[in-house]
Amino acid sequence: MARGQSARLDQKKLLADPILVTTIIVLIVFLTLFILYPLAILLVDAVVGESGPTLSVLQRVLAMPSFETAISNTLVLGLFVGIVATLIGLLFAYVEVYVNLKSRFMSGLFKLVSMLPVVSPPFVLSLSVILLFGKAGLITRTLLGIYDNNVYGFWGIALVQTLTFFPVCYMMFRGLLRNIDPSLEEAARDMGASRWKVFTSVTLPLILPGMGNAFLVSFMESIADFANPMIIGGSYDTLATSIYLQITGAYDKQGASAMSCVLLGITLIMFIVQKYVLERKSTATLTGKAARGRMLITDNSVRIPLSVLCGAVAIFVVALYICVPFGALFKTWGYDYSLTPKWFIQVFTLHHGFEAFADSFGLSLIAAPLTALLSMVIAYLVVKRRFAGRGFIEFVSMLAMAVPGTVLGVGFIRGFSSGVFHTGFMQGLYGTAAILVIVFIVRSLPTGTRSGISALRQIDKSIEESAYDMGANSFQVFMTVTLPLIKDSFLSGLVTAFVRSITAISAVILLVTPQTLMITVQINEYAEKGAYGIACAFATILIIITYARQERGGVTHGQGEEGCASRAHLQDLPGSQDQEGFLRRSRCQLGDCAWRVCDAAGALRLRKDHHPAHDRWLREPG
Amino acid sequence: MIAGFESPDEGQIYLGGEPINDLTPNKRDTAMVFQSYALLPHYNIFDNVAYGLKIRKLPAEEIREKVTRILGMVGLEGMEDRMTNQLSGGQQQRVALARALVIEPSVLLFDEPLSNLDAKLRVEMRTEVRRIQQEAGITAVYVTHDQSEAMAIADRIIVMKRGVIDQVGDPHAVYYRPVDEFVADFIGESNFLRGKLAEKDGDAGIVAVEGHNVEVDGVRGHSVGDDVTLVLRPEAATLADEGVLHCKVKLSRFMGSYQNYQVMVGDTLVKIQDFNPKTHKIYEVGDEAFVSFTRGDVHAL
Repeated sequence: MARGQSARLDQKKLLADPILVTTIIVLIVFLTLFILYPLAILLVDAVVGESGPTLSVLQRVLAMPSFETAISNTLVLGLFVGIVATLIGLLFAYVEVYVNLKSRFMSGLFKLVSMLPVVSPPFVLSLSVILLFGKAGLITRTLLGIYDNNVYGFWGIALVQTLTFFPVCYMMFRGLLRNIDPSLEEAARDMGASRWKVFTSVTLPLILPGMGNAFLVSFMESIADFANPMIIGGSYDTLATSIYLQITGAYDKQGASAMSCVLLGITLIMFIVQKYVLERKSTATLTGKAARGRMLITDNSVRIPLSVLCGAVAIFVVALYICVPFGALFKTWGYDYSLTPKWFIQVFTLHHGFEAFADSFGLSLIAAPLTALLSMVIAYLVVKRRFAGRGFIEFVSMLAMAVPGTVLGVGFIRGFSSGVFHTGFMQGLYGTAAILVIVFIVRSLPTGTRSGISALRQIDKSIEESAYDMGANSFQVFMTVTLPLIKDSFLSGLVTAFVRSITAISAVILLVTPQTLMITVQINEYAEKGAYGIACAFATILIIITYARQERGGVTHGQGEEGCASRAHLQDLPGSQDQEGFLRRSRCQLGDCAWRVCDAAGALRLRKDHHPAHDRWLREPG
Repeated sequence: MIAGFESPDEGQIYLGGEPINDLTPNKRDTAMVFQSYALLPHYNIFDNVAYGLKIRKLPAEEIREKVTRILGMVGLEGMEDRMTNQLSGGQQQRVALARALVIEPSVLLFDEPLSNLDAKLRVEMRTEVRRIQQEAGITAVYVTHDQSEAMAIADRIIVMKRGVIDQVGDPHAVYYRPVDEFVADFIGESNFLRGKLAEKDGDAGIVAVEGHNVEVDGVRGHSVGDDVTLVLRPEAATLADEGVLHCKVKLSRFMGSYQNYQVMVGDTLVKIQDFNPKTHKIYEVGDEAFVSFTRGDVHAL
């Protein structure tokens, strides 16, 4: 009973703080409506048919040979990328932390490699790999004279994803290795262990949980990745692209929901293992900071091969990124390498460049401060306050990290296209720019919240208590004390949210309407069509924007290309008809291009319920 | 709990006669000086002190005047524009105090405010805190583990044991008339002499300790034959060639202001601090002597 009074009073005091209570309720509603509800509706879609609960949708989807292939493709790809990215990341981190590189050039190169994937849209590397190794590739065709090299497919995606995701592993390992107390390894050396023995018996066991962590993170990134498989995947379909196709090509929203559930299930398991098993283990083995400096390896027999290896990989990555602006500057890639500004001019004259940049920029500009503020508020509540629902808020905002963009996109379509629970309530939201802003917020929320939480943990609780004690209410305390103290984290959250939003594609591509032009969607479109000059021009401008923002504050991902086919080159592929036999998924027979939607006769035609996102590229001249 | 950051398991807290259990910290008319000072690191001294006044939406002119006056009181005039990290520990302490004082709360709360300062500064600051608090005339509740700090600062001392009040009283009462061994041991150093009440005449009596008769007062509550524990403060006793308890010297150490002895009275270890030792006879280890004190120097529990 004694405990009861204490708890009751705590609750009473909480309720006496209307601002706090309102904030909590608004947050819970927001998280439920825009994260939990769309995911729940997918599950409902997958198991409830017109006549009650049924497994027929799942059975139908699972019976599709194409879906089976997609699952195994996705897993094989994730496994490969996860392992290779982890190993390369570890190598880079080890070389940076343990080896005396003796050169400014190398450390600059390392820094560049860790930063590039953050400022570029996540699919830029696909463009440059096609530019270098595609049929009209600079290396394959111009230098080596190979005319039929096919980069599309497993090896293309694997290469691009590995190069895109290994810097994340590299940065994770760098943090881990720096936290190892050098005296541990010196003790082993002192007792006579060789350097290799020290690595295998001391260093490796210490970072083992971290390796698991890095593997899972890159695995998740790989299987959630939409744009790269889309651009460079060719006929190698992954779950993310299959879902997209199912909804835009086959109009099978139920099937897409069922597929989304499968993808979500995989990422959720990974996420839970990563968050609740590995992250804990990892911090348990490595606590505190290295007590003093580490004796760097100066031995040339180790130093030179490692530097050359890392240097070569790093230069390759940087070269790929450099390809993109050049892709936009050459007249016709592969044939005519004379410089021309025509692609950049065309972006703005022919291809609604201004509108696309204005929309992308504007919406990201709206979403970024909202995301940053929201994530700081969540972090504040999670770290500093005790209330019922705290665990819910923390879990759901972190859960968003495990949800692939494509899945979220499908969830939003199913959840809002006919209103909440198909009642028509909030139906007005669907198809507007507002829903894109919400998607941006949901997608960037976990990163912001995470950085906010770690920043807030460093602030002594009594500083805020002193402000309360002086008579300030929750809102005043947050605005006058908490926010100024985590200003840096807030600003970097702002920039990260902006960069993530402006480079986002996977969920957005499912939700855009002709009224809104998004740069990333444009890039993807032109890249698919093989209009690489235009795609590169878009991507170059996008990288410049994100880089500029980045320099003034904070973190993220992105990418672009040029190309090929006209409608005449589209041909039906057998067996790709959707249920109604109306629209088909076809593959371009010429050039470096992915697939289109066209009708049975091979002519592009719109269906009444055709997804508005594709109006534009169907109208696009060949 | 008084400030409102924790909630009591049972009971009601009153402030100025009003129950405040339900109030959130910002609605309570309290001001706290935190152990870590909890100064707002992004504000300068002036803004830190003015914080509570700004929250109360006082006119800027009045705020300026009050802050200037209070900074004068704590001896920080002219430092308004400094940032908190440009101050020493003692100065930060004064800012925290000024910030709490300036809003003129009904009660001032101190949570071990001096524990982060070095020993010398701590002694200096506690007299300062006392002076400023008296000058401001605000009731203060001061939490400390340092008994000498409590003695130096308090009008009334409340000794708490496991969250329960053990004794309430002025410093004299707590020091000379502790209610139990916990208080006697916690406030100052104590020797506990265990014996049996042999004779009793009203409040006076004789207690048999290790075969010696000790005359004491304050045994009204006991009856003859009861076990009685006597509290003897180390500075209240001296060693002499004759006295109350016969003893053997186990340790004798010159400490400057006093000679530190540990002696055995039978099986009981007794600590003695003999002040200003150069005027006294010094006993060496192994010497036999007597512990000497008067009946007013022992307190029967």
